[in-house]
Amino acid sequence: MSGGCGRNPPPFPDDEDQERAELDTQVLDSDEDDEDDEGEDIFTGARSKAITPTSAPDEGDIFSEEGSYVRSDVHHTTNGLHSDEELDLFTEATVELTLTNTTSQGRREIIGPTVSACNTTHVPNSILKPSIVTKTMEELKEEESGDQFELNIAVTNPEKIGDGMNAYMSYKVSTQTTLPMFLNKTFSVRRRFSDFLGLYEKISAKHSLVVGKEFLMLTLVGKEDSSSAEFVEKRRAALERYLQRVVAHPSLLQDPDVREFLERDELPRAVNTQALSGPGLLKMINRVSDAVNKMTIKINESDNWFESKLQEVENEEQLLRRLHAAVDSLVNHRKELCSNTVVFSKSVAMLGSVEENSALSRALSQLAEVEDKMEQLHQQQAFSDFFILAELLADYVRLLGAVRCCFEQRMKVWQRLQEAQSTLQKKREAEAKLLWANKPEKLQQAKDDINEWESKVSQYERDFERVTCTVRKEVLRFEKEKARDFKQHIVKYLESLLHTQHRLVKCWEAFLPEAKAIA
Amino acid sequence: FMDIKLFDLNNDASLVIDIPDALCERDKVKFTVHTKTTLSSFQKPEYSVQRQHEDFIWLHDTIVETEEYAGLIIPPAPPKPDFEGPREKMHKLGEGESSMTKEEYAKMKQELEAEYLAVFKKTVQVHEVFLQRLSSHPMFRKDRNFQIFLEYDQDLTVRRKNAKEMFGGFFKNMVKSADEVLISGVKEVDEFFEQEKNFLLDYSSKIKDATAKAEKMTRSHKNVADDYNHISGALNNIAADNNTAFKKHLEKCAEVFEKLRVSISKVEDRMASDQELKLTELLRYYTRDIQAAKDLLYRRARALADYENSNKALDKARLKGKDVAQAEENQKQCLQKFDKLSESGKKELTSFKARRVVAFRKNLIEMTELEIKHAKNSVSLLQGSIEVLKSN
Repeated sequence: MSGGCGRNPPPFPDDEDQERAELDTQVLDSDEDDEDDEGEDIFTGARSKAITPTSAPDEGDIFSEEGSYVRSDVHHTTNGLHSDEELDLFTEATVELTLTNTTSQGRREIIGPTVSACNTTHVPNSILKPSIVTKTMEELKEEESGDQFELNIAVTNPEKIGDGMNAYMSYKVSTQTTLPMFLNKTFSVRRRFSDFLGLYEKISAKHSLVVGKEFLMLTLVGKEDSSSAEFVEKRRAALERYLQRVVAHPSLLQDPDVREFLERDELPRAVNTQALSGPGLLKMINRVSDAVNKMTIKINESDNWFESKLQEVENEEQLLRRLHAAVDSLVNHRKELCSNTVVFSKSVAMLGSVEENSALSRALSQLAEVEDKMEQLHQQQAFSDFFILAELLADYVRLLGAVRCCFEQRMKVWQRLQEAQSTLQKKREAEAKLLWANKPEKLQQAKDDINEWESKVSQYERDFERVTCTVRKEVLRFEKEKARDFKQHIVKYLESLLHTQHRLVKCWEAFLPEAKAIA
Repeated sequence: FMDIKLFDLNNDASLVIDIPDALCERDKVKFTVHTKTTLSSFQKPEYSVQRQHEDFIWLHDTIVETEEYAGLIIPPAPPKPDFEGPREKMHKLGEGESSMTKEEYAKMKQELEAEYLAVFKKTVQVHEVFLQRLSSHPMFRKDRNFQIFLEYDQDLTVRRKNAKEMFGGFFKNMVKSADEVLISGVKEVDEFFEQEKNFLLDYSSKIKDATAKAEKMTRSHKNVADDYNHISGALNNIAADNNTAFKKHLEKCAEVFEKLRVSISKVEDRMASDQELKLTELLRYYTRDIQAAKDLLYRRARALADYENSNKALDKARLKGKDVAQAEENQKQCLQKFDKLSESGKKELTSFKARRVVAFRKNLIEMTELEIKHAKNSVSLLQGSIEVLKSN
């Protein structure tokens, strides 16, 4: 068995801050790929500016707006546990690349290669924790190239291909990376929505315990007006976030399907993706969540960790839901404020036009212009409200559901073990009975049965311990990333507010002399 | 927002009125009207009386009904105190109490109480201004009912009822329904009044519209501020809650999020309130004041119509040879009245223009300065919060 957590339950990794690998960032290679004129702009991670939903962000900084609002649910495969396959994938990783970092300019850095986790014989007290390094643009430029690699992904340029019934939206997926496993440093491909679904289908089976692969876009399928600019923007941003989350996970990044998705020019058309979309999956995830809620089996002493962790997750989910509801309300009220401001601005302009005092008349029309500018500021702020905050929260509510699914999976493994143990017990009893009844011809069969089940039990025991180890590691990785992601988005949001307030000051300061000029 | 200094009797210490205090009992607000005077027509140099909103309305109506003041712009009556907004929110808060933490509830309650107080202050101000406009006007300050209002140490309720029976609000109602038509129908000889008429009619509808739109905008703005309050509360909960994974990672953020409640939601709220106070209130007030100016035009137009009728009657009388003297007298009086109204009306409308421009200027400047101040405040608070979060 390759890798594995050994037979002993792994120690509780209370201290997640072990082993900060001090690694340097490699300076972004400034050689532009010939195919991409906008490469430099796209990847320099310039100051994020608000992109209005109506314009395709094909110029400027396509990394400045990460992700988008996705009201969707997690699809978690319930194919059961392909324990051998996926655990091998985890534990074989000798090069652990983790993308955990988003700078304030929207970059993602990879830190690696580092010590691998779950080495073959060790109890994994050296579970790798990704280094979290936040660097400013300046710091990045100063540091020398070291072991750190970069991977930046953007989804841009939605384009309608075809007409009528067969028309579809195609997106440009651009990658810039210094990772050696890719053929080029900068490349891009065009993908359509079903390609993304296809990718999800491929990887979800293989990585059932990975939180972050979830395709959080279920409700974007079919329900909304798919031709509106807003819908396209929401979807584009959601696809971007999806890919960024995928490559942020070390094991997913290693998956050849992921690489193929990013690199290969033409992908075979994904079929049967209809089954993945729609309300059916929503039902499935809810069922799974309910099952987890009904978990009452206590396993062994390490279960305390899982029990309290589950509590934490559920509690957090509640809190995030409430926060999300508040942000949702903000988005709506701000939209109202926008339209009311425009209406008011026009009204003030009218008033100014009939005002007989000329200085006051001029001031009033200036006021109308100020209110107009206000409205634009409000619009942009609403955009930030939504894409920076609301969608982050929606994503995480779903992802917490995915965490609970991991727990559920572990429970299933436990149950399988239980069942095997009880079957083994039955076989032993059967053997005993045969001995007692003195039927030697059936004895061999019974002995064979016992051997078979003994090995199954020991296999399942190992599986269970491995899954426990994996899930715990995954949860901790996820938590750390979540906290950082959360904080970074809050900072980004505050920066957007700051930007708005600055502009506000300027608007009003420009108006003040006009007001004073009234005589 | 009324620059009293503009009036003829600026800073006149002979009659100073203010409302230092007010009590709110359920629906009723009881204003304490405080008067200091050196005028001999008053029995005492200082008074302090309790008045209800209805008393102000009574005073306003009696002045409107007074023939003598037909040529003056009568200060608009203060609007009824309206606590509906905060009261509704209080109600909603009560309903949602179970779904929030004790701290959150206490904070929201505090915010609501502040809002309540703001409405309260506004209504006190608008009642005060009404009285001050009367006291600073050479004619109104001498009004007998005004004096009673300021002096009479008993309840005015009985008087109010009697007055209603006497006048029945006839004149007031008449004005409201017919002013537009009559005013625009007048064949105006006087250039000044012709211009005034056109201006006031047009301006009146536009300012009404602007007021309504401003009110809507302010309400949205307040909603946004409210949302920020909820958001920072929820953020704070997340960072401070011990039973989450966040706790290890966002420990130091709880403080920042609490501070954000101040920097974002309070500032938004103040920006919205100040815009309301300086801009929306200004527009509201002048909508009413414009109406008062229109009423004056209306009365003058009626007087003109009366004069024209009296001319016709005189011609008829002369033709018939009957009651000529009477008709002549009538015509003379009508003309006198009309001339008087025109003369005083011109003065009033001219000072009204100036008053309006000054008030707009003052309030627009004050509003802008406040908005700048709040935005700058927000900027520094946000910058501080961002720095703390980034350094963690």
